Amino acid sequence: MPDLGKYADAVLSAYAVSILLLAVIVALTLWRGRRVRAEMQDVEARRSRDG
Amino acid sequence: MSFWEYANPVKFLTLSERVLPFFWALSAICIVVGLVWGFFFTPDDFRQGSTVKIIYLHVPSALMAINAWFMMLVASLIWLVRRHHVSALAAKAAAPVGVTMTLIALFTGAVWGQPMWGTWWAWDPRLTSFLILFLFYLGYMALWEAIEDPDTAADLTSILCLVGSVFAVLSRYAVNFWNQGLHQGASLSLDKETNVADVFYHPLLVAIAGFVFLFFALVLYRTGTEIRIRRTRALMAREARIA
Repeated sequence: MPDLGKYADAVLSAYAVSILLLAVIVALTLWRGRRVRAEMQDVEARRSRDG
Repeated sequence: MSFWEYANPVKFLTLSERVLPFFWALSAICIVVGLVWGFFFTPDDFRQGSTVKIIYLHVPSALMAINAWFMMLVASLIWLVRRHHVSALAAKAAAPVGVTMTLIALFTGAVWGQPMWGTWWAWDPRLTSFLILFLFYLGYMALWEAIEDPDTAADLTSILCLVGSVFAVLSRYAVNFWNQGLHQGASLSLDKETNVADVFYHPLLVAIAGFVFLFFALVLYRTGTEIRIRRTRALMAREARIA
């Protein structure tokens, strides 16, 4: 760990919040994408089953 | 083969499924390498001390915040002129990514500004135009959610995007227009004399590449999701009509 001196709080909070925000947008994107894909497959399966 | 072929949702999905693994991998590699290199293996700046390490987050996120809006502008113009649904959905898909980048840029700017300028915030031209850009992103996303008919929503959000582009341009060039305010000039430029020192510049370029790849990965994936939502709604509407 580098010595961040008196600015440690500023630097570490910048990294923590930014990485958290990036992780949240990636997680939400993947979660929503998978949910929508499953929903579409359900509807398509129902459609082909019911003709 | 023409670019416009990808206005076909099936072709777009096929292409995006093929390229997405590369974009995800490249974004992860470049972001990890750029941030680890910048955080652990670069020296402190002689004036700014260790706060210079914030540059590896602040500059890439600010760059992508502005460029995401320009991507939305191009996609909106394509929608308005050629009525390709994929372009309207791509603009919609990019907005949450853009707002996240803007939020990161605003937050890292504030925590960097406090020790350097003695204040978290100033009504400086660049900071103010960035805040307005952030509000435009929120308004743009709210407008998509507020209108039920997707074509009307695409029309109105495209017009909002054209108006908001003024602030995207101001965010980028405000420091050149007004010679006032606390924010410094651009950290990166085609004119090498004005760039940051090489020791900071190289990891910064890697971090920027990571943010660019991440942006494309997220927008491609989210556009695919929007296309699937549209198809699911169409199928359900057909089912309801038959029933």
